[in-house]
Formats: sequence, structure tokens, C-alpha cells
Amino acid sequence: MLSFLGILFDGLAYGTLLFLISVGLSVTLGLMGFINLAHGVFAMAGGYLLVFLMAQAGLGFFTSLPLVFVAIALASVVLERGLYRPLYRSTALDQVLLTIGVVFMAVAGASWLWGPGQQPVTLPEVLEGQVSLAGVGLSRYHLFLIATGAALTLALVFGLERTRFGARIRASVDRQRTAEAMGIDVGRVFQLTFAIGSGLAGLGGALGVNVLGLDPYFPLKFLVYFLLVVVVGGPGSVTGTLLAGLLLGVADVVGKYYVPQVGGFVIYAAMIVLLVAFPRGLLGRRASI
Amino acid sequence: MSERANRRLDVPPHVAALQARERWSPAEIAFWMFCCAAYFVFPKSLLFASQILITGLFALSLDLILGYAGIVTLGHAAFFGLGAYAAGLLCTHGLQEPLTGLAVASVVAAAAGYLTSFLVLRGGDLARLMITLGIALLLHEIANRATEITGGVDGLQGIEMGALLGVYRFDLQGRLGYLYVLVVTFGLFFFVRALMASPYGLSVRAIRENPRRATVLGVPIRTRLTNIYTFAALIAGAAGALLTQTTQFVGIDVLDLQRSAYLLIILIIGGTGTLYGGFLGAAAFLFAQDQLSNLNAQYWLFWLGLCLVIVTRYLRGGIMGGLAGARGGLLAWWARRLGR
Repeated sequence: MLSFLGILFDGLAYGTLLFLISVGLSVTLGLMGFINLAHGVFAMAGGYLLVFLMAQAGLGFFTSLPLVFVAIALASVVLERGLYRPLYRSTALDQVLLTIGVVFMAVAGASWLWGPGQQPVTLPEVLEGQVSLAGVGLSRYHLFLIATGAALTLALVFGLERTRFGARIRASVDRQRTAEAMGIDVGRVFQLTFAIGSGLAGLGGALGVNVLGLDPYFPLKFLVYFLLVVVVGGPGSVTGTLLAGLLLGVADVVGKYYVPQVGGFVIYAAMIVLLVAFPRGLLGRRASI
Repeated sequence: MSERANRRLDVPPHVAALQARERWSPAEIAFWMFCCAAYFVFPKSLLFASQILITGLFALSLDLILGYAGIVTLGHAAFFGLGAYAAGLLCTHGLQEPLTGLAVASVVAAAAGYLTSFLVLRGGDLARLMITLGIALLLHEIANRATEITGGVDGLQGIEMGALLGVYRFDLQGRLGYLYVLVVTFGLFFFVRALMASPYGLSVRAIRENPRRATVLGVPIRTRLTNIYTFAALIAGAAGALLTQTTQFVGIDVLDLQRSAYLLIILIIGGTGTLYGGFLGAAAFLFAQDQLSNLNAQYWLFWLGLCLVIVTRYLRGGIMGGLAGARGGLLAWWARRLGR
């Protein structure tokens, strides 16, 4: 029982990471219907940037994280303006091809710059080791992850539900044309949302170096997971993405622990069943995907 | 000549246009003549040439559902892999005649295509992408785990093909293999071409162009999409079986996500909805891969990505589109010269 609680806890930490990385993809997909298979590239870039800042520039872990967020958000704006914007109105096929192209270039670029191996990160001492809570040994780092995830979720939900900008985002997701008619600059809203979402993905990638691992094939390896979280949660829904991320994280960790011989089978089968049963996602805002 | 004959018989222009679609153009004949000539001209690289034809056939099957019917998929390798494994397993279990193996493998892939078509045809583009991807990943996982049957990561070994029609045996240089692949590919291509030039093919195109209007015109959309998907799966299975039979080995990479993605790229580079785009794309892609990945595997991925970005942004239509554009430009230039 106690060990089960521990595994559940690890699953929640893993799910929090999946949520942090995927939430940007979910909102941008809900907003523009743009299928961005290259979303994992931002997460990978965040991870490498963290490694670089800590090893080369000698910055601390906690100082590096906000820097990673800002840098990835800024870089994503450049990419959005340069490459993605002309394709918002084109077909799903074009979007898939272009973003796969970006993934391939990122994989090649990362292995050219950093080599094919896994990257290590030394955590600050505060986050190392375990704390014992009611007899269950919990990793401090995982606690930190869950706390960060909870704080960011609260901030996101508050921002979406209570601020003017959040209202603009919700209006644009619900009905783009009406939102435009009400004087909302959907393109600008999208750009900012894209930047925040990519920044969060970068942050998630940086936080996940110790949990998910970091190598040049990261964007391809986790592509299915990110898409799955978004599609199951329902594009455009923050709470749906959170629910899907946590569910998937726990299911994956528990499955790998108790029935390792089944492998990814359960996840893929669940994905097909969920997609067929809930074409809108669990808590989706958009009519169809 | 035939144009004049049509005018004399008072054939309406739309019928004349349909007839022109059916006619084999000189370029097409030249293409297949070249494939036959390759047997004599490049006797040393027939194995590579077989690879190109098989990949081209596989791309043709994707062209049917993507270029003609407009269904986006990221898991077409599922059917290729099924065909490959079916052909291999048949052979290791005693049925070694290649043509029978090819037929059975194609039917297995077609059955899988029919069953999954109901899942795939639900929902929008993103749901289709995810479901096709999921099915391919599922099959990959099965092949990976069921090591007693499939050999897992090591691949299916011990395939010894029997003699073709009980008479001709496959040789190490791939001479018979190439002829076998060429005949099967051409046969399937011939059938696909006739199908796509027929009213049936036109109705499939109509669905891609404007589903609502196609419904109004009385095209049964679901049935059409289901059977074109099944047919594409059959051809993909045949391509997979051909690969198994000519290489006498099945690696688990036949089911890889990478293979589905590369196939999409091949078709896009070649040009969609043209029948020949897949073959030209396969030739260009495999040739470039052979040359560039020998230099450095990672650079190859970079150039591939860059090529994709450029093709989607600037070169719509791929090689076939470029050739058509060049031909149009040349004709216009010639007409201007004559006019002057």
C-alpha cells in the first residue's frame, strides 16, 4: 500500500511535467487549430538551455528557470512570425509536414551541438534526497515539481478566468469570427498565447531533464505523449489538459511498474478508444478536432 | 489525330476530356520503358532499383488515400508492416511460393485496412492523425513484444523463398527479384490508374475537393472512403510483402513511425495526386539518402527537415508539379516564339 502511494506520487510528478509541456500546445491548437508537432522542440530547447546556463554560464538552478522561460518564449515568437503564421489557414497536411521538418532540423541541430548522449543536471542540495511523510518516502524534487505545477496551474486558471486577456483568449477559442467582430485582435492574442505556451513548454523541459531525460530525439520520443494529453483533454481546455496529463502520467508510471511486459500497449490502446469514444476530448471547448 | 476524329464524331468536350485522361501519354510509356531498360543498364544495382520500385508502390498506396481521397495519416506503415510480416511468417510456416504469399499478405493487410477504416474515418484531421499513429504504434508494440512469433527487435529470420511459380529461383544479384517486383508493381499500377481515371476515381476526388457538394451529387462518401482505404491498405501490404520476399528478412523497422513519416515526405517531394509522384519521390529520396547518410546520419536528418520546410512553403506540387510547371513554361515560350 505504502509503495503504491509512492508510485502514485511519482506518477503525479510525471503527469505534472506532461501537463506543463502540453498546455501551450492545447491552447494554441484550440485557438488556431494549428497542428504543431514541433511543440516538443521547445521543451527540448528549454532542457538544453538549462544545461548550458548551469554548466557553462555557472548560474544556479533557480536563477536559470525564469531565464529559460523568457528565452524560449522570445524564440518562439520569432519562429511563429517567420514560419508558422502563413500556414494557419492551410491544410492539416501542410502543417504536419512543416512541423515535422522543424522537428528533424532540431534533432539534427541538437546532436550537432551537444552530441547524441543524455545530458546531466546537478540539482541544488535543497531538492536532493527524500522527505518522509507519514511513512512514505517522497523525493524532494518530485514534491518541488508538483508544487510548481500546482502554482502554475492556479496562475493559468486565474489568468484565463479572471483577467481581460484571459477573456480574450476564451472568446477567440469559442468563436474566432465573433471575437474578431467584437474588436479582438485574434492574431495578437494568438501570438502572446503561443509565446507563453512555448515558454511553459521550455520550463517543463528544463524541469524534466532529471525525470524524462534529455537527448536529441526528445521531441520525437515524447511527441505521442504530448499529443495524447492534448487530444484526450480537449484542445483549448486548461483543466482538461491537467486532468489528462495527470491521468496519463499515473497510468504510465503505474503500468510500467506493475505490468512492465505490456509496455506502451495500454497507452496506445487507451488513446484509440478515448479518441473514438470522446471525439471532443474529455473537457474540450471546440466542437470537433 | 484522335482529336480530329473526336471532332468529326461530335464528341462533347467533357467526354473528350475524360477520354484524354485515360490515354497513356508518351512520358508515361517512357517511364515504364526506362524501368524495363534499367534491368539491362544497371545490372549491378538491381537490389537498389527494387527498393525504389517497392517504396514507389508503397507511396502510390498513400497517394490513393492522401492525394486522391484527402485522408491524412501518420500510420500507413502499419499496413506495409502487416504485409511484410504476413509474407515472412507464411514462408517460415511452409508456404514458400512467392505469388501465393503475396496474395495472402495483401489480403491480410486489406482486412486490417477495412477493420480500422471505421475508426480512422471518424473525426477531423487531427483525430485521424492520432488514430492512425496509434494503430501503427500498437502494431509496432505487438511485433516488439511477441518475440516468439516475430523475432522482436532482431527481426524475423530464416525466411527461404521458394521458386517463383515453382520454376524460377531468386538469385543473389536480385535479377529475378527486380523483374518480379517490376511486373507486380506495374500490374497494380495499371489497375490503380484505370480505377482513378474511371468515374469512381472522379467521385473520390470530388470528396476531397468538396465533401458537401459531393454529398449533394449523390456520392456515398463513407462507402467510398472505406473502400479506397481498404484498397490502399491492400497495395501497402503488397509492397511490404515484396520487400520481405526480395530481401528474405523482416526487420521491426517496417512498422516504424519514421517509415510513415518518410513515406509522407516521399509523396510530398514527388507530388500528390499524380500517380507517378510516389515513384519519382522514392527515387529522389532513396538516392539522396544513400549518398548523404553515408556522409553523416545526423546531417541527413537536417537536410531532410530543411527540404520539407522549403517544399511546404515554396514548392507546392513537388517534382511532378515542378515538371508540369516547366513543361507549361516551355510550351508558352515556344508559342511566343512561333507567334513572333
